Amino acid sequence: MASSQLEEVLNKGYEPGFYTDIEADAVPPGLNEDIIRMISEKKEEPEFMLEWRLKAYRQWKEMTEPRWANIRHPYIDFQDIVYYSAPKSFSDEDRPESLDEVDPKLLETYEKLGIPLEEQKALAGVAVDAVFDSVSVATTYKEKLAEQGIIFCSFSEAVHECPELVEKYLGTVVPPGDNFFASLNSAVFSDGSFVYVPKGVKCPMELSTYFRINAADTGQFERTLIIADEGAQVSYLEGCTAPARSENQLHAAVVELVAEEGAEIRYSTVQNWYPGDEDGRGGIYNLVTKRGECRGNDSKISWTQVETGSAITMKYPSVVLRGDRSVGEFYSVAVTNNYQQADTGTKMTHLGRDTKSTIISKGVSARYGQNSYRGLVQVGKNAENARNYTQCDSMLMGDTCGAHTFPYIEAKNPTAQLEHEASTAKIGEDQLFYLAQRGINPEDAVSMIVSGFCKEVFQELPMEFAVEAQNLLGVSLEGSVG
Amino acid sequence: MAETTEPVSHYQQLYHDAESTLPGAGIDWVAERRRAAMARFAALGFPGARNEEWKYTSLRPIEKRDFALPKRAGHGLGAPDLAPYLFDEPATHRLVFVDGAFDADLSRIGQLPEGVTVQPLSTALEAGMESLAGHLGRYADPEGTPFVALNTALMSDGVFLHVPAGSTLEWPVHLLFVASEAIDGIGVHYRNVFVAGEGARITAIESFLGLGEATYWTNAVTEASAAQGAEIEVYKLQEEAPSAYHLATFEGYQGADSSVTHHNISLDGRLVRNDVNTALDAEGAYVSLNGLYLGDVRQHVDNHTRIEHLQPGCVSRELYKGILDGRSRGVFNGKVVVQPQAQQTDSDQQNRNLLLSRGAEVDPKPELEIFADDVSATHGATVGQLDEDALFFLRSRGLSQHQARNLLIFGFANEIIEAVKIEPIRARLEDRLVQRLPQSETEED
Repeated sequence: MASSQLEEVLNKGYEPGFYTDIEADAVPPGLNEDIIRMISEKKEEPEFMLEWRLKAYRQWKEMTEPRWANIRHPYIDFQDIVYYSAPKSFSDEDRPESLDEVDPKLLETYEKLGIPLEEQKALAGVAVDAVFDSVSVATTYKEKLAEQGIIFCSFSEAVHECPELVEKYLGTVVPPGDNFFASLNSAVFSDGSFVYVPKGVKCPMELSTYFRINAADTGQFERTLIIADEGAQVSYLEGCTAPARSENQLHAAVVELVAEEGAEIRYSTVQNWYPGDEDGRGGIYNLVTKRGECRGNDSKISWTQVETGSAITMKYPSVVLRGDRSVGEFYSVAVTNNYQQADTGTKMTHLGRDTKSTIISKGVSARYGQNSYRGLVQVGKNAENARNYTQCDSMLMGDTCGAHTFPYIEAKNPTAQLEHEASTAKIGEDQLFYLAQRGINPEDAVSMIVSGFCKEVFQELPMEFAVEAQNLLGVSLEGSVG
Repeated sequence: MAETTEPVSHYQQLYHDAESTLPGAGIDWVAERRRAAMARFAALGFPGARNEEWKYTSLRPIEKRDFALPKRAGHGLGAPDLAPYLFDEPATHRLVFVDGAFDADLSRIGQLPEGVTVQPLSTALEAGMESLAGHLGRYADPEGTPFVALNTALMSDGVFLHVPAGSTLEWPVHLLFVASEAIDGIGVHYRNVFVAGEGARITAIESFLGLGEATYWTNAVTEASAAQGAEIEVYKLQEEAPSAYHLATFEGYQGADSSVTHHNISLDGRLVRNDVNTALDAEGAYVSLNGLYLGDVRQHVDNHTRIEHLQPGCVSRELYKGILDGRSRGVFNGKVVVQPQAQQTDSDQQNRNLLLSRGAEVDPKPELEIFADDVSATHGATVGQLDEDALFFLRSRGLSQHQARNLLIFGFANEIIEAVKIEPIRARLEDRLVQRLPQSETEED
């Protein structure tokens, strides 16, 4: 392969890698019950939240860090992490009440990232919750949404404003003892987004959260809870970036989705955490638990993810298909360049009757990247007429990277129809040559071919995100053609 | 790894007691390999539930029963007992093993070309054959899995098949491993070594046959090496007794432009595990793995395959089909690994499962691990049922529900059986399959 050309394409910088110098209010590094009490106190949480956190912490202490994924990294020192860090202006008594009072440095940060928080400038039709380290700095269009009874706010606010909803749903999809990182998150989670769409309401705009890790040595542990009540519909997007640092930072989020009868949730992620430099130094460890439950009949949950960042990713957005005729979908593009490693996929648990799931996964590996698809399609004894279609395709650039497929199927019902397909592809010299002939430079050619490979996933993204995802893909693969 | 559990110490004791009487005890290299393998087994132990390779298959029933080594006693079987299981057309070299030992009276080895070896392994071990020493344990590495280790330590018999460069073994070699009524409580460790030199050709049939109701354990290992341009074709027919435990490992090793075809037909037994692996270690090698597994009542059948593409330009094809009925459970785990230097690999793997009853379960897992970029690799897995439209079509032509159903099941399995090139084996398989189909009209729809 035309290695020098490919090399060039693979070497473009990580643009969101800047750092905002802002005074922070942080807890000391390390984890114990006192730290958890401190976090809970800072957030002025009701008693039930503190109890919940402590219970999770006690469970976590009994667990060991999982090592089964197809990724290699040193053990994480959990006592060396700062579990809470917030811009100083948010910890004072007079925390900003409206956007006008927010520290302009923060607004600038988001501006620089291309996420304008001032509503008049914002993209029409997208409400944004901006999370900076451990706190939410702003949520736009809140009032407009509230008119229809939609609650869209930071998790901290939700704990105060609708504790009964939080208490009713928190941890019902991902219990505090679910797995090592989910337990850790349950103990120390700082902020995140909360969405409640009431019965019969179709959310009029895209909701989105933009996560930013800024401070050094901190971990980000956000928690997102989205509830679509009977017949409700909502589409939610999340984006994430971090400064370029030579140390690794931990991101262990939990996302829970609940779809009641007839409800529909679409959850899209463009994950662009700092992936580390080309020698594999630094980068985010992205170890998250995302799960949705189609609790009611005829409900639907759809995950779409574009994973281009992070040094290490372990992430399996899953759907529990409990309701009859419920539908689960998973569309994923995962790119690993340089020394990135990703072990990602999904879990579809069919429990109700006539449930359907679709899995489309596209993995792109370049340089020394290792990309694994790990999936589980499970059909319970009583899940009559379950259907699954899975397709996972890999593309490799060069012979130093790897693509792995670990699809588990467990079928316990004789009416199940399950299909799994996988293939590998490469960028052919003939394809590059053909495009070069038409005056397209190698960089654009690679980007074009990869976009074509990922098309089935991109078309699932909301329009604004699809454009961003395409661009991001181009950037992530810069220099990978070799 | 595993702590030294009781079952492990049981097998250590067995080995200790039998050490001096096992075939080849007087030959240094044989004794040394057995010793090392036993130590390895002791270190590995039985794989536990947390071992990913054994995620869906529990070996507790084997662990719980301390199986003894074969006794040197008469089995009372005569030629008429075996007649239904023999293939006389085409002519075969026939080696019959009963309850762990070679039976010369029931066997018939025909004229062999110059330089060709077809010998019971026990004889080859006793003689300390040089040609065997270079191959035994080279492809099925006792360092690898506990059952290859245990087999290496305790192997009692099997066959050593050596066809040197340029020779051809015209007749297939039929290996019949029979379990008699008297085998209750016994564990047999058969070891077969197939070596095909440059351009040589070997066809072997491995029949595992249980004639009674005994509970026993077969732990078989076959290793096969195909040198440049050599061809090896293996038919493995597993028809053990209904309460038998059957673990079998096949390890292939392939040179340039060699071809290995392995047919793995698993029909009976209580708990069955097949490991079928091959390494494509030179350009142009070809492997084809065909498998058919039938499960009914409470049978458990697990097939693990691994194809390792080590060098450029090799081709692998795999098709495994399962039919699970009753309260049976089927497991398929197929792994294809393409190493960085194995460019221009062409690989396809398919696993199809028919789930026929409410109590049955199937857990397929096709895996790909790819480290090279210029590769065509695909795999697929499906779980499904009989096609309602096809059933309706057949019923509208006057077939009863169960006839229509059986016809479709037969058609599903036939894709594997059709790949069997030896006509009498194919006919016999078709027969066996028909017998296995539900006979009564009372089957649930």
